Amino acid sequence: MTPELGYAATVAALVLAVYGSGAAALSAVKGRPDLRRSSERAAVGVWLLVMTCMALLIYAFLTFDFSVRYVAANTNLGTPFYYRITAVWGALEGSIILWAFMLSIYTLIVVARYRRTQPQLYPWVLAVMLGISAFFLLVMTIPAPPFERLSPVPADGRGLNPLLEDSGMITHPVALYLGFTGFTVPFAFAMAALIIGRIGDEWITITRRWTIVAWYFLSLGLLIGGWWSYHVLGWGGYWAWDPVENAAFMPWLTGTAFLHSVMIQERRRMLKLWNLTLIILTFSLTLFGTFLTRSGIIGSVHAFSQGSVGQFFLAFLALVGLGAFSLLAWRVERLGAQGELDSIVSRESAFLLNNLFLVAAAFTVFFGTVFPLLAEAITGTKVSVGAPFFNLVNIPIFLALLFLMGVGPLIAWRRASAENLRRNFLTPVGIGVVAAAACRLLGIGNAVVLLCLGLVAFVAATIGLDFARAARARRRTGDGWLDATWGLALRQNRRYGGFVVHLGILVLAVGVAGSQAWSTQTEVTLNRGEATEVAGYTIRFEGLAGVEESNHAKVVGTFAVSDKHGPYTVLTPAKKFYPQEQTPIAAVDYRLGVLEDLYLVLGEFARDGSHATIKVQVNRMVSWLWMGGFVLTLGAALAILPEPRRKPAVARAGQPATA
Amino acid sequence: MSRASSLLRWMIPLAVVPVLALLAYGFRTDPREIPSPLVGKPASLFTLTAFDGTPVALASLRGRVVVVNFWASWCYPACYEEAPSLERAWKAYKDRGLVMVGVNYQDKDEPARRFLSQFGHSFPNAPDQGSRVSVDYGVYGVPETYFIDRKGRVRFKQVGPVSDQLLKEQIERLLAEAA
Repeated sequence: MTPELGYAATVAALVLAVYGSGAAALSAVKGRPDLRRSSERAAVGVWLLVMTCMALLIYAFLTFDFSVRYVAANTNLGTPFYYRITAVWGALEGSIILWAFMLSIYTLIVVARYRRTQPQLYPWVLAVMLGISAFFLLVMTIPAPPFERLSPVPADGRGLNPLLEDSGMITHPVALYLGFTGFTVPFAFAMAALIIGRIGDEWITITRRWTIVAWYFLSLGLLIGGWWSYHVLGWGGYWAWDPVENAAFMPWLTGTAFLHSVMIQERRRMLKLWNLTLIILTFSLTLFGTFLTRSGIIGSVHAFSQGSVGQFFLAFLALVGLGAFSLLAWRVERLGAQGELDSIVSRESAFLLNNLFLVAAAFTVFFGTVFPLLAEAITGTKVSVGAPFFNLVNIPIFLALLFLMGVGPLIAWRRASAENLRRNFLTPVGIGVVAAAACRLLGIGNAVVLLCLGLVAFVAATIGLDFARAARARRRTGDGWLDATWGLALRQNRRYGGFVVHLGILVLAVGVAGSQAWSTQTEVTLNRGEATEVAGYTIRFEGLAGVEESNHAKVVGTFAVSDKHGPYTVLTPAKKFYPQEQTPIAAVDYRLGVLEDLYLVLGEFARDGSHATIKVQVNRMVSWLWMGGFVLTLGAALAILPEPRRKPAVARAGQPATA
Repeated sequence: MSRASSLLRWMIPLAVVPVLALLAYGFRTDPREIPSPLVGKPASLFTLTAFDGTPVALASLRGRVVVVNFWASWCYPACYEEAPSLERAWKAYKDRGLVMVGVNYQDKDEPARRFLSQFGHSFPNAPDQGSRVSVDYGVYGVPETYFIDRKGRVRFKQVGPVSDQLLKEQIERLLAEAA
């Protein structure tokens, strides 16, 4: 019964979304409020129906309804309760429901918030958003139906991909999709603005916080993805430039560029065409990401689905790309800049450079990702593009971005005077140089790492300097230190939220540089009772034990670790044997530390437990990635807070620190 | 706005077209279709004991067309989808000298036997103890099917389930060749 109900709900939601989209558009053209109200009811209906689909699918998972193909393919009788719920988005069909569900929630929020305040833009926004919902519902109806029946009904299912049995995989897709779908809102507003021809700054002011929300979730999704990769996959890394990772990273890059360039438009009425281009690109790239991961056109370590989903996504991508850019071309004469660039040494040009570098990074990632396709199309040979290419081209870009991160927020608008430069940058540059020199004296020889650390110190100093000045100014008005800093952060939350995000990026940068430069690994075979020494740790092999879990068996090794202070920890890396998998899966065990993580992977072992091979990694500074990520999300959350009403926000947020 | 620039602006949407074309081209290629180095090489020989206890030795089958199929009972749904086709092909071609061998890959005895009785397989099937044969053939994942000609060379490797159509094509082609 469940599959039929689910399928009916899907089709009904599709019909409602198509109708709602058309009705909203028609209401805008004809000026008929009755149609608009009807389309709003359709949006509510879509939300209810998609939620029903979610609930039915969760129910099917919880009751082991193997008559549903998707359930049989992604769970079995041994799958624990909570993973049966999260298995809902463990593969393509359920991910699409999750996507449609989030989109329907965002649509409802848009209805609730802008129904009265944005009478002109709003109907078109609703039309665009319901149109996009309709696409996802179409995918759920034809190429990837989650409720497809399976006959004959098997006694047990195949089981969830064991690598997905992890808390990171419960949260990662949710955060990532909230980010992806979040960019739908600014995109829909941009399209609405183009359609009605009111291409001022309105759509940007309205969607500013939406963009930060989307960016926040996308960042969170990427970070959780990195954490999952690090502690589940057992290779000791967090980023591999795999096509799937790149797919999520590209919209992050263009979204970050957008986040910055809208500030120029708000302040200087420039870059209108550019901002529209960026939001179209960002939204297209979220679709492209799904296309890439689901079409199977590019090889990846991730599991890919086949079938006609790819064709559907490509067709929609074509519709979005051609449609949106045609609208842009149609309105191009209204997109002239009102302001102009006065000087190269100014905040505008720092932001422009930041945009150019971010888009260049997105382009190189795109190029590297589709290059195998291009090469095969032209030369007919199969090639692969690996991490060395991406690192080579992206490291200089990211170092330049780091530098601009220090310059952008403090340099004056229009034209920076020598006095402005000296006042804001002399001390930070000095601190950066001293920091790099100190690191060199401490024995760091790698030039890229030194440059990175010097830049980090420079940027941190600019942020510290600005904050100290502003807090001191407030203190003169009588506030205490705590009140002054808190008050500052809350009153200018967008500016200081941005600074906190920048601090998070700095911590991340140190983590990336440190982990790449200083991590070590070795592989040793130990007899029971034997010990080895790696990077100051003494690791003793205590023995093996077999454990039966509900859906797999595992062999657990016990390793006692001591350092120079005595016993440190006991690590128990394991190998898991899932009946549905051909190769055993390594379960890493690790001990995280501020400066270094000890990370153990169990390799080959003797069945009698007499000896075992382990890979020992000492991963340095990796924890800084998670700490930096935490700081970054705090900053984004601060920037999302509603701005205080007292003064127009735009004027303050753009205020140069020297004023 | 001059006419030239009003035409020029339509270059913006047109710029999307080459990218779309490249992506569409992607559907014509399969990134996982990496040619097997075994194709054209002599098939490695093996001797296994079938589930019913009879020996299965490839060496004794020189001069005949052999289909070796690697499967497992946990391989769902691909192995279940192809199983009826294999049995049909075996029934259709066994009188013309075809040999078909099923190699059971990393499986447990009882579910494997249940799989065989579920599909009523009448061609020999043998468990691959220690995965020796699978390693020799470079089996990456089940199901995989190897087509061996009368001279004992691997001529075609199918990754993923085989269809009636594919079995017919490959077997007919190899049966038509002289020893």
